[in-house]
Amino acid sequence: MREFTDGSTAIVRGALDAGCDFFAGYPITPASPILMMMMRELPPRGGIAIQGEDEIASIGMCIGAVMGGARAMTATSGPGISLYSENIGLAIMGEVPLVIVDVQRLGPATGGATTVGQGDVQFVRWATGGGYPIIALAPSSVPECYQLTLEAFRLAERFRCPVFLMTDKELNMTATTVDLEDYERARLGAGVGREKEPERSAEEPFEPYRYDPPEAVPPLVPYGDEHIVRFTGSTHDQRAFITKDPETVGRLNRHLRAKIDDNLEEIESVTADLEPGAETLWLSFGSTAGAMREAVGEARAKGRKVSALTVQSLWPVPENSIRAALETVSRIVVAELNHGQYRREIERLVASREWGCTVEGLHRVDGELIAPEQFLERLS
Amino acid sequence: MSGSATITPLATFRNDSPYPFCPGCGHGVILNRLNEALVQLDLDPHEVVLVSDIGCSGLSDQYFATNAFHGLHGRSVTYACGIKLARPELTVVVIMGDGGTGIGGTHLLNAARRNIGVTVLVFNNFNFGMTGGQHSTTTPLAAVTSTTLAGNLERPLDICGTLAVNGAGFAYRGTSFDKHLSERIAEGIRSPGFAILDIWELCTAYYAPSNQLTGKALFGMLEELGLPVGVVGRNDVEDYGDAFRRAHPVVGKRAVPGLEPLEPGFEASLDKRFELAVAGSAGEKVRSAVRLAARAGILSGLRATQRDDYPITVQSGHSLSELILSPVPFAYSGMRKPDALLVLSEDGLKKAQGYLDAMGAEDRVFAIPGLRPQTRASLTIVDPRQAAVRVTRHNRSLVALAAMLSELDLFQFAALEAAAGLLAPAYRAACLEAILAGRALGAIDQ
Repeated sequence: MREFTDGSTAIVRGALDAGCDFFAGYPITPASPILMMMMRELPPRGGIAIQGEDEIASIGMCIGAVMGGARAMTATSGPGISLYSENIGLAIMGEVPLVIVDVQRLGPATGGATTVGQGDVQFVRWATGGGYPIIALAPSSVPECYQLTLEAFRLAERFRCPVFLMTDKELNMTATTVDLEDYERARLGAGVGREKEPERSAEEPFEPYRYDPPEAVPPLVPYGDEHIVRFTGSTHDQRAFITKDPETVGRLNRHLRAKIDDNLEEIESVTADLEPGAETLWLSFGSTAGAMREAVGEARAKGRKVSALTVQSLWPVPENSIRAALETVSRIVVAELNHGQYRREIERLVASREWGCTVEGLHRVDGELIAPEQFLERLS
Repeated sequence: MSGSATITPLATFRNDSPYPFCPGCGHGVILNRLNEALVQLDLDPHEVVLVSDIGCSGLSDQYFATNAFHGLHGRSVTYACGIKLARPELTVVVIMGDGGTGIGGTHLLNAARRNIGVTVLVFNNFNFGMTGGQHSTTTPLAAVTSTTLAGNLERPLDICGTLAVNGAGFAYRGTSFDKHLSERIAEGIRSPGFAILDIWELCTAYYAPSNQLTGKALFGMLEELGLPVGVVGRNDVEDYGDAFRRAHPVVGKRAVPGLEPLEPGFEASLDKRFELAVAGSAGEKVRSAVRLAARAGILSGLRATQRDDYPITVQSGHSLSELILSPVPFAYSGMRKPDALLVLSEDGLKKAQGYLDAMGAEDRVFAIPGLRPQTRASLTIVDPRQAAVRVTRHNRSLVALAAMLSELDLFQFAALEAAAGLLAPAYRAACLEAILAGRALGAIDQ
């Protein structure tokens, strides 16, 4: 059986299957279909969906709802991420599991409201003050939209941090043919259970945060349950009281970095299609990776050797998987609908290698997709 | 702590830490009144959340043994609303300064308008005390602050009046010196919907010394400004969360959203990727017509994508819909150059000119009479006005597309009928009629 659907629908299904019961958002093309679908689907399931007075209120309500025990998601596009910025910082500091869908469109500013772009790649990574890591996933097909939404909720819960689902106008608003079995495959391995806080003795004061060891992440305990729970966006001790004590603040901030960067192997996700003897590696993500995979088929049909890497976990950079792919080639072409934002990361990894390897960019910033033939032109 | 067996009434909701505020500052007084209110209400501290904003008053939650949320400047109301919506049984109290009523003004207004059942206490001392005594939205006219050196020129915001006139359930204006402040706070917490308490007080570090403001003068200021005091607004409202849940009854079993399975069962003659575009005008159902064709293709075992382009005005200007069909799976949904193009209006003709220029003799353009597209592709005229059905702007696209598809023979026409048969009953008959009329329509090669 097949269906004719789009990424927005797959994301909504993924959110519902992950147990999402709170959504707040503000209308913006091309993310509005998610808002409207969540408005239709959540309330009859006992959840809450609300349109905020702006993006700031929308993400603020999501953060509050999570502390009330909800599993929350919000969806916007680049201009909305700008307004989410300060609250992204709060979600990082307060360690709030939250899924943020960024349906990218051509920027900057109002840019192209119904035009595709992938220009938010570095923006979501550095979206807020302080420079702390977040997690970002990028589906490259409709079934992956479903799968990575489930995964985004799992990672958000596991690491208590904002997780971005980076899609784009093409993926979310172009209807495409999907084999229903592909969702079944996507569901495998997806588990989004929230761990229960271990029992403590009455003498031990409840600590909503934990920094020791730095990469440890205690499960979130919401308000209204057995513990009195404190939350703060200021530098704080493990009981969430404000502190400037350098020892405590240092531990807190090392923890915020380490819990993501030092657990990379749990987050890494790429699809590697490596061909022995290929000199060139194409690397891409999102809807651009669809065209790349098509180009791989065309190249090989013509007897040309080429390797390809689709990156699903954009942040933190899946360095182990990318390095393993880089080892096999002497030339890398990074394809993306921006001026080369993810290419910077590949150049950084290549620079650490001992032998030469060139990195090239394949870009479009005119609101059109990169076509398979543009990949093929970069093969020789 | 193993259980929520804490038994109220508690003597206090405070913890052991002493307040950090300046001598004479009203914050500690108001917090004591809040504590008394919580005691009067006989609440379980597990079910109370104090949401603090930024500034000196933002420190407040740390002196209470309740749940606490200390977030960003001006956004406290949004967090409180999220908590209340997710956990309606919790008592959610926001503590914010007058600074927060500026940067977070829209959140206050909208939470009041919606009547989300949180209680907001504004610790109003007419300036930003933590950052150096700058003016705020409530600074009185002519008042001297570190940013209004020649006297304030901005009219002060009437917080209570603004929120009450926009529907807040409960609005109270008073001072930290009020005898019955704790009762008023308790009343605000008890009232359904949104409650605002605008509590005037002294900032003894900045505002009071700069403006010779004393406790007594505070009352004079209220009088001078002509603002009513006490309970200044009461609206008989329902809590938003209650109203929301009442308006949206929970339905036991819900279908997977948007799932309309398509079982391929028809033959397709197409053996390679085929790109088809329909260029018409917005409001003429171009997209739904193309969607039907896409679904017919899928019923014929083909893969399809549909990409739409239309101006933001939605009901005016062009509507361009691109359909790609292929016997094999594909991921690139971009259109290089249509193999076939249907032009339905002048808007569409203008939009599709790039495609018309790119198309060659092997490609086919279909157009309604009178448009005269300039192209090297072979041109066929279809005239929906000749169809054996009443043609309106709602079915014209479908009639013409059906005529085109019957000419192109990409898949069995029966698949298009089957796709129409899967439509909701309200559209089914009319669509079937339109496509059958389209098929019967003669196409004239130019």
